[in-house]
Amino acid sequence: MRVMAQVAMVMNLDKCIGCHTCSVTCKQTWTNREGTEYVWFNNVETKPGIGYPKRYEDQERWRGGWVLDRRGKLKLRGGGRVRRLLSLFANPDLPSLDDYYEPITYDYDTLLNAPASEHTPVIRPKSALTGEDTAITWGANWEDDLGGAAEHAPGDPNLAAMTEKVKFEYERTFMFHLPRICEHCLNPACVSACPSGAMYKREEDGIVLVDQDRCRGWRMCVSACPYKKVYANHVTGKAEKCTFCFPRIEAGQPTVCAETCVGRLRYIGLVLYDADAVTAAVSVPDPADLLEAQRAVFLDPHDPAVAAAALEDGVPADWLEAARRSPVHKLISEYRIALPLHPEYRTAPMVWYIPPLSPVLDAVSTSEGDANDPDDVFHAIRDLRIPIEYLASLFTAGDTEVVAGVLMKLASMRGYMRARTVDGTVADDLLAATGMSAAQMEAMYRLLAIAKYDERYVIPAAHREDAAALAAQGAGCSLDVEGGPGMGGEDFHVLPTDNRIRLPLHVADAKEARR
Amino acid sequence: MNTLLWVVLPYAALTVFAVGHAWRWRVDQFGWTTRTTQLLEHRWLRWGSPLFHLGVFAAIAGHALGLLVPKSWTEVIGVSEGLYHAVSVGAGTAAAVMLVVGLGLLLARRFVNGRVRRTTTPTDKLLFAVLTVVIALGVTATVGENLIGAGYDYRETISVWFRGLFRLQPDPVLMADVPLVFQLHALSAFALFAIWPFTRLVHVWSAPIAYLWRPYVVYRRRATPGRPR
Repeated sequence: MRVMAQVAMVMNLDKCIGCHTCSVTCKQTWTNREGTEYVWFNNVETKPGIGYPKRYEDQERWRGGWVLDRRGKLKLRGGGRVRRLLSLFANPDLPSLDDYYEPITYDYDTLLNAPASEHTPVIRPKSALTGEDTAITWGANWEDDLGGAAEHAPGDPNLAAMTEKVKFEYERTFMFHLPRICEHCLNPACVSACPSGAMYKREEDGIVLVDQDRCRGWRMCVSACPYKKVYANHVTGKAEKCTFCFPRIEAGQPTVCAETCVGRLRYIGLVLYDADAVTAAVSVPDPADLLEAQRAVFLDPHDPAVAAAALEDGVPADWLEAARRSPVHKLISEYRIALPLHPEYRTAPMVWYIPPLSPVLDAVSTSEGDANDPDDVFHAIRDLRIPIEYLASLFTAGDTEVVAGVLMKLASMRGYMRARTVDGTVADDLLAATGMSAAQMEAMYRLLAIAKYDERYVIPAAHREDAAALAAQGAGCSLDVEGGPGMGGEDFHVLPTDNRIRLPLHVADAKEARR
Repeated sequence: MNTLLWVVLPYAALTVFAVGHAWRWRVDQFGWTTRTTQLLEHRWLRWGSPLFHLGVFAAIAGHALGLLVPKSWTEVIGVSEGLYHAVSVGAGTAAAVMLVVGLGLLLARRFVNGRVRRTTTPTDKLLFAVLTVVIALGVTATVGENLIGAGYDYRETISVWFRGLFRLQPDPVLMADVPLVFQLHALSAFALFAIWPFTRLVHVWSAPIAYLWRPYVVYRRRATPGRPR
């Protein structure tokens, strides 16, 4: 057993209202630069929908993630080491910019400099890449709130396996929002596909990063990631991805997306896991067993044997304490209501989701049932195939039993708390059905409904030995190094080095030099 | 004049090549990349890039054989001049076709596709111009002189001079009567060596061979200033 700590996130999808505040604040922080106009480290998708980039979940097409070969051994779906090197000259699995969208800006000068005239001046959208007139035909949230669903949403790869056809007609369908960031996987396909060894998983907290000085632009990470959360910066020629806001995490603060989340649906905390067990867990033959196998990799920080092993393996004592208070550990392992996104990609993702009950409640209300009556809701969970099968294809590799079980638990919690607060009674039958004690049920309710900032985010700061060195970087933002990605800077160095000189060797600098 | 062209210029170019690389490696790791544009345009690149790269590999192998292996060695193992000529012209012509088509496609997308055109830097333009000249002259020498024309046994002159450069005893007289197209090809190649370290061509030295045996998942400790990586 080798104990490692991972900073992980859980998102409660019932609470997401699709306001895109996370996406916007993330973009302002990390990707408002030349070369990353089309890049959203955080984006919010409306499901059902084909997502961003288009149909990224269709692994037959994009060949991301891992598969088992004939001998049951794990290999990258895009091909092994030799195949990777043979496709260096042209990567057949790389999405093109049009699969994301053509970034645009507006011809503001026309507006600002227009002379007084009878009609309001009009500005045209211009391609941010070529500066030429362009039509806006797609975007990172083009399908917002099922916009254009009748036309596009049937292309959602998750619908393919469903037994009943989903109708995309007004008031006859269902929807929910799915915010996505990098999964910071335990078995990252991007890291494994990087020919240069520039991508790495941090030993201390499991955050997956790209070393900007070592990346050589082979673009294998982009296609290997099944979530398509590694992006190519087309100006610097290097890969970039969600950093889990590591400078904030090191300071004990939540990520920008979590900090600014209006619905307060994100939870950040540590999980402890056995690094030696990961490969076996993601190699189980039946995809339906992957969820349980991945749960089994997590270790219980309350277990004295685990605690001793953790300290031995270099997990600091304060981190162990944080792992014990971790809301993520509670939601995944204790209450077992959080599920991973597409476990069948075999990357062991570390951003988990509490599936939404709202599509079921909507269906109950439409069919003239009572969404507040647990029995009506239970029947709906048992009988309705559409939202359950859909959720199962997202979160459990198609196992509807697990999704139904989680939704039953959430419905029971609603019923239990409603009985307690409205009627003043204790619904023992609901406790029995979920196998939870009254204290557990109420603790779960508190965590889901009213948890405060310091309960939702339990993030131990970077460890003390490093604190002095981190402080020495300066009191300001650690991104404000020379040429760093602080506002206005055009390059982005994950690891600042000392003797850097800026050379007019790439586009951004060349343009700057011309000015 | 001979000494300037065939001794001073080559050594100057090789010096710039070596010192330039050392300097760029030290100060510009961030700029050291293929600068791929596949994201922006992939249909032309899909054919152009593999053709070009494989053609370059074939051309490099051919040059290694023709320039570095002395004629006496191949004769010792029983390869006649006629056989050598047939093999080198045959393989050389195949490589030439791949290079011309590949580079043609890659150049065309630089001109035709607005997105790719906009990301093309002045350095790129210089590189593409020099590359085009080198390849055009090389193809003319192989196809024009040796396939269609009378043929020229460069192994008696150019190869001996070239090896002399590395023994520090270059004999410029050997190059004096070499056909003009071969002379220009050699000179333009040294121009390419001289600009190499300042262009995207540095990605050649990062060919990720080590990927074949390194473990899949790379772990690293957090970089802390003052602590060696």
